[in-house]
Amino acid sequence: MLNLKIMSPKMSQKIMKGVFWASGILTVLILLVIIGYILYKGLPVVNMSFIFSNPIDSGKSGGIFPMIISSLYVTFIAIIVATPLGVGAAVYLSEYAGETNLVKLIRFGAETLASIPSIVYGLFGLAFFVVYLGLGWCVLSGGLILAIMALPTILQVAEVSLEAVPSSYREGSLAIGATKWQTIYNVVLPAAVPGITTGVILGLARAISEAAAILFAVGAALSVPISIFDPARPLPLHLYILATEGISLDNAYGTAAVLVLLVLVITVVTNTLVERYSKKMMGR
Amino acid sequence: MTKYEEFLVEKGLFITAILSIIVIILIIGFIFQQGFPAMEHVGILKFIFGMNWSPSDDQYGVFTMIIGSLGITALSLLFAVPLSLCCAIFLAELAPRTVRRILKPVIETLAGIPSVVYGFFGLIVLVPIMRVYFGGTGFSMLAASLILTVMVLPTIISISEDALRSIPVEYKEASLALGATHWQTIRNVIFPAAIPGIITAIILGMGRAIGETLAVIMVAGNVAQIPNSIFDPVRALTSNIALEMGYATGIHYSALFATGIVLFIMIIILLIIANYFHYKKKVVIGGGYL
Repeated sequence: MLNLKIMSPKMSQKIMKGVFWASGILTVLILLVIIGYILYKGLPVVNMSFIFSNPIDSGKSGGIFPMIISSLYVTFIAIIVATPLGVGAAVYLSEYAGETNLVKLIRFGAETLASIPSIVYGLFGLAFFVVYLGLGWCVLSGGLILAIMALPTILQVAEVSLEAVPSSYREGSLAIGATKWQTIYNVVLPAAVPGITTGVILGLARAISEAAAILFAVGAALSVPISIFDPARPLPLHLYILATEGISLDNAYGTAAVLVLLVLVITVVTNTLVERYSKKMMGR
Repeated sequence: MTKYEEFLVEKGLFITAILSIIVIILIIGFIFQQGFPAMEHVGILKFIFGMNWSPSDDQYGVFTMIIGSLGITALSLLFAVPLSLCCAIFLAELAPRTVRRILKPVIETLAGIPSVVYGFFGLIVLVPIMRVYFGGTGFSMLAASLILTVMVLPTIISISEDALRSIPVEYKEASLALGATHWQTIRNVIFPAAIPGIITAIILGMGRAIGETLAVIMVAGNVAQIPNSIFDPVRALTSNIALEMGYATGIHYSALFATGIVLFIMIIILLIIANYFHYKKKVVIGGGYL
């Protein structure tokens, strides 16, 4: 940090205040420049026919409809698989287990899962789902990899929101004769739903923006995937291919703009949910 | 509900809980099993410290890429740490409520933008700028670290803000009561007290930078060499896997898994260091770093 000993304390106070304000403003500027540029270049490309038509000539022209479906498809599989597993694990950790060594190990496991680089997931998915289980390049392989990646996010957020449920809720339910599981299912889980939903959306955000992990798992088909065993090409992967192989700059801008819009919508939805949830919790 | 059913539910939930551990064991098992033949073929030391990566000549050494990964990461932390720490202090200590309400979602959005979009932005905007001002192709270590800087900002900001906020308010009040200015209090009291959390934040940011793949591929130039300057192209470990997996077979295929092993071990070491500093991060619902 700046050594301002020669200056009077008041002077250095003023200077540092300026530095802190500047760094806050710079962070906002970085976001504005990146998002602004992508949307400025990409939005003119995005229209109904871009969204709802098939790519022509491997993406040189035409739209991105199969990629949108692919993205939604793999993300859907990821969430359907990861949500019950993540919430189940969170219920076990917060309601059943004490602070045993096993629980610490499980937490460390979830932390590790959250930090493994996505390309390592890609290798694992290739070796395990695609080759060992023989699923091949398909929506299912990609969805399962993304499920593993979304799992720690859902687990961690769900655990926090379960722990935020007041213990008087549990005591009240147990006092009128409900069993432990009845209490969890009818009282604790419903009270934690808004928080769990946030966790699921955060997991979804991670899944929908991932490309490296599914690079060797979904194939790169340009057609709309119908069955879970069809190959697919989600949006981030499409953008990567368009940009690195120099296929079409315009379509790459358009795809990037669609992705950015998706992320913006997800962020706004999460924030609204969190705000409403915390107001509700504070309101009592 | 019978006791028996209660018992079943508990066991079922237990299985979902240990799934994280099972998956990690599977990941380690499969990656090591696939990468082992190459390690054996080349020799572990020669694989890690070999300077030459040329699959067509049966040469597999990843040392240039280890340097590439570490170089890009170190450079990006050099940019990101001062900026994000200042931003975290701003958020925790100075920002008025309204400014905070703008800045927090901005940081969350930065965390949420797909890495491919960052890479694309780098490819389209940053690389041409580099080409004009610094010569060469523009694909360089510097370009990659600038893109990574933006990507690790949200991680470091969120966790260190959290650490700064968790300092008891009495510390601050005592310092102010002694006549210290706000900046003196931040520098001498709040910041030192928050150091363990800040180190955790930096290490997690480092993990994100080392693990990033596609964004780095798109701007780093991907030449497997020890760079002479920050304007030279470099290849990261992650990029090596993603670039060559499409057509690799035999020992080459296995060598890419072995590259994954090296990467995995680097991340585990970082995680252990982060745990050593023992900062228990609070998971804030909706927090940017999740």
